[in-house]
Amino acid sequence: MTRFGVARGAVFVALLVSFPFVVHAHWVLNIAVFTLMYAGLASAWNLVGGYAGYPSLGHAAFFGAGAYLEAIWFHHHSIGSGYLPFVALPIVGLIVMVASVPVAWVAMRTRADVFAIVTITVLFMAQTLAFNLRSITGGSQGLGIHPPPFANAIFERPFYFAFAAILIVAAGITFLTSRSKVGLSLLAVRADEDKARGIGVHVTLAKLTGFSMSVWLTAMIGAVWAYYVSFVYPQFAVDPLITIAMVLMTFLGGRATLWGPILGAFILAPAQQYLAYTYGASRLYLLAYAAVFLLIMLFLPRGIIPSIADRQFARRRKARVDVAGSSTPGQVEQPVAS
Amino acid sequence: MTALLDVRHLTKRFGGITAVDDCAFEVAAGTITALIGPNGSGKTTVFNLVTGYARADAGDIAFDGRVYTRPEPGTLCRRGLVRTFQQARVFPVLSVVENLVVGAVRPWWALATPRASKADRARADELMTDFGLSHVADLPASQLSYGQRKLLEFAAVLMSRPQLVLLDEPTAGVNPTMVSTMERHIRGRNAEGITFLVVEHDMNVVMRLCDPVIVLDHGAPIAQGAPATVQADPAVLDAYLGQ
Repeated sequence: MTRFGVARGAVFVALLVSFPFVVHAHWVLNIAVFTLMYAGLASAWNLVGGYAGYPSLGHAAFFGAGAYLEAIWFHHHSIGSGYLPFVALPIVGLIVMVASVPVAWVAMRTRADVFAIVTITVLFMAQTLAFNLRSITGGSQGLGIHPPPFANAIFERPFYFAFAAILIVAAGITFLTSRSKVGLSLLAVRADEDKARGIGVHVTLAKLTGFSMSVWLTAMIGAVWAYYVSFVYPQFAVDPLITIAMVLMTFLGGRATLWGPILGAFILAPAQQYLAYTYGASRLYLLAYAAVFLLIMLFLPRGIIPSIADRQFARRRKARVDVAGSSTPGQVEQPVAS
Repeated sequence: MTALLDVRHLTKRFGGITAVDDCAFEVAAGTITALIGPNGSGKTTVFNLVTGYARADAGDIAFDGRVYTRPEPGTLCRRGLVRTFQQARVFPVLSVVENLVVGAVRPWWALATPRASKADRARADELMTDFGLSHVADLPASQLSYGQRKLLEFAAVLMSRPQLVLLDEPTAGVNPTMVSTMERHIRGRNAEGITFLVVEHDMNVVMRLCDPVIVLDHGAPIAQGAPATVQADPAVLDAYLGQ
């Protein structure tokens, strides 16, 4: 890790932690909570959709599974309230993760567009189950969690810090993945899976590892969300729009980069929340989503961070050519993907 | 001589066409065996069947004393059989050194270890020096010339220290200097004990490099032996030139 990278991470964490102590307006904090939620979700999706190159459209199913598990667990006040539902998060994530392994194992035998369709089917199956398993989920009536007992003045803080902690864990996992053989194997899978298999890369295990880590994070975020909104309905807990947001933010920031999904979420999530506040719940922001997606595809097909890295790479190369009069490829530095 | 690879009665049909028809041959340890034949004679399909990239309708292979009825590329690689592809398949997004390191065969738990262990890095450095790729070590493979990519793919399959390497047209589409470089590398590695099975269209290369030569036509061997013998075989002339 470069010194610059450490500094960037430290500044980011410091800003993240100090923000709720500086800003007190509830509506701003509410936007911040959702921004961190989406940053975590996009970072989690990036492990599968970015590094492995498997465009999962079913991640909202795991988000919803986490939300429902949390809601079922803490439905009654007697089980525990206050901070206990936060303590239970890693376990909720783990249960959903274990349950998702067979799904991932089957789904990841398909590729690209077929994989996208298989995973979106998983999403709608999860939603249908949430609607119809009435004895467990309450069906369309929804399922309540005992409302959080936090004081009104600092109501957002526990959720803010829970999402911030998950985001930091997600970034840490992403960093370690990119530095380890899992990350290298996943990049090879993304580039040419058959070739990777033929040179002895543990393809299936690498894919399942990436997918499991991604699901663990996604389910925990879903559980925090359930506690925050304190009422879980099938159409909101298992919402295709959550999947789309994860994909869009990762594409905007840059796939298979550490900061890309976070950057994408920090741009899109506040914009989406702000538009929702300004224009009510008319879902006008969906039009903005479509516009953003078209613009990304047209001008930044690889996302913001890889495009900047490319430009820096080209400039540095040009600078060397200007200085030396000629360039040998060995002296050229490789593009920085942070 | 013992057979390192024994191809036994492989058959593959695509619809009504039998691409590989009851094909049987052996590759002896320590040889550079050529697999030649006119276009469409099934050479690449045989490669795909042997390495598990396609499923045979009948037949199996024996490699290093083990029988594989359903060969799987990853398993074979870990046991010492690797292949290259006609189109020089390397990972364009990865750097040259990463392209090599990713091919180092490691147990499954090594996924949790750093990208390149010291041993892997040393092995990659050694190969890059050998193949003249050191000066492009940190460039993404997408920036390499086609010839360099061919060399990189060859070097990458050697990372796992294989016993048998299947080369699919190693000299196709590269310049004459690169052809002789490739020949030198194949010969050098063969001297170190690696066995080769080579599909090649350039007959000059085959005649210089390989012994024995197996000639395939309509998915089955029609002749095999020393290059000169095969060259004089009427059945071979017939297959190549027709009547």
